[in-house]
Amino acid sequence: MAGDCEKKPVLEMMQADGGDEGCVTYVLHNEDHTLGNSLRYLVMKDVDVEFCGYSITHPSESKINFRIQTRGGIPATEPLRTGLTQLNHVCQHVLNTFQARVDEFKGNQDQSME
Amino acid sequence: MKRLGDKMAAPMSIVEEIRTRVILQEFGVKNVHTTDYPGNYPGYDDAWNMADFKKNFRIDIVDMDENTMEFDMVGIDASIANAFRRILLAEVPTMAVEKVFIYNNTSIVQDEILAHRLGLVPIKADPRLFEYRNEGEDDEEGSEIDTIKLQLKVKCSRNPRATKDSADPRELYLNHMVYSKDMKWVPIGNQADVFADINIGPVHGDILLAQLRPGQELDIVMHCVKGIGQDHAKFSPVATASYRLLPEISLLETVEGEKAERLRGCFSRGVMELEDRDGRKFAKVVNSRLDTCSREVLRHEDLKNLVKLARVRDHFIFTVESSGVLPPDVLVTEAIKVLMTKCSRFLNELNTSNME
Repeated sequence: MAGDCEKKPVLEMMQADGGDEGCVTYVLHNEDHTLGNSLRYLVMKDVDVEFCGYSITHPSESKINFRIQTRGGIPATEPLRTGLTQLNHVCQHVLNTFQARVDEFKGNQDQSME
Repeated sequence: MKRLGDKMAAPMSIVEEIRTRVILQEFGVKNVHTTDYPGNYPGYDDAWNMADFKKNFRIDIVDMDENTMEFDMVGIDASIANAFRRILLAEVPTMAVEKVFIYNNTSIVQDEILAHRLGLVPIKADPRLFEYRNEGEDDEEGSEIDTIKLQLKVKCSRNPRATKDSADPRELYLNHMVYSKDMKWVPIGNQADVFADINIGPVHGDILLAQLRPGQELDIVMHCVKGIGQDHAKFSPVATASYRLLPEISLLETVEGEKAERLRGCFSRGVMELEDRDGRKFAKVVNSRLDTCSREVLRHEDLKNLVKLARVRDHFIFTVESSGVLPPDVLVTEAIKVLMTKCSRFLNELNTSNME
């Protein structure tokens, strides 16, 4: 599932077990703890996930090995997709809340200046 | 155990404490990691619930001015708060001097040292209006959409009107100190129209770049490009961005008199006060947010069992200080957008590879 051969792959899948779709290690290129830890937290919050972890293979290479093991034969791309979508929604909510509070704060400041 | 905490009236159960507090002890810190994953605690449903998150999450802006801001983020996990902090430091793009063309440098500052210093000067240009420069295509010319051209041309000369026996260089020489305000913008292409009302240049004009003496001159052209802090620290838009967890100090027993005085002295000023009741002074925790958690109280044998030092695990007090390129609230919104871009990129990759 790598990208084209001409393009640099962004996400690769290394399947450790032969037939089991539920235990997969993904290689995410150009990523580090920033996305790795936050994605790991949200994937772990999924009930179907038995194991989730990430590691940085070598500090000189900017890629992470992200492993997901699921229960009940669910393919591992499902919790990964859910985790990414939920992280997106969390960020959207944080962004909306933050912008609303900043506008409120600036409004209060202007009021007290008058 | 009877507790007289500042906020908690009822004691917290052990399980609640493990789930929500980081305990500061004399020889270590306990309960640091998040443990509330589904299945860890019987009786708790810890699966991710977006509605609960939205209900518990809040942001409070404590202070904001044009360069610094302090705000609280409550109800989020450390991994996501840390992701925002890391992105603020290293992945929000800015413009900075990248290529320095030195046509003449007769000062005593070496070329590479001067070029290094020029790169570190923050440039006041909104990086969202520029594109990244493609590597290796044109080495000399940058286009108007991805490059800002600056020029530094200073020549030092002797001041003809100085008095005979003065020794002050400020009187003897003209232009002997080269400041960042001498970096002048040279518009390329349509930049003169697009940025007509904004003055593109260094954020601060009083950064000393080099010192000259009569006869020495600098003739330098600089190209600024867009970059991120991961590549070079000169591209970092924040002076710094950091967070700390909200401290929580609870008294385990009533403390009065001289002990109360000493207990108050163990914490930062304003954390603990003495209240007067029937002529006797009792210690009371007033504002644990001000504490710097030095754990001084744990150094005293008779005081260390009277208080419980903890931090609230999901309450982050962020302090963001901008280097002047963009206001701090804009930097935080850009950082959140960067994280969203990362997620979308991998989601697209997953979806396109599935369709193959």
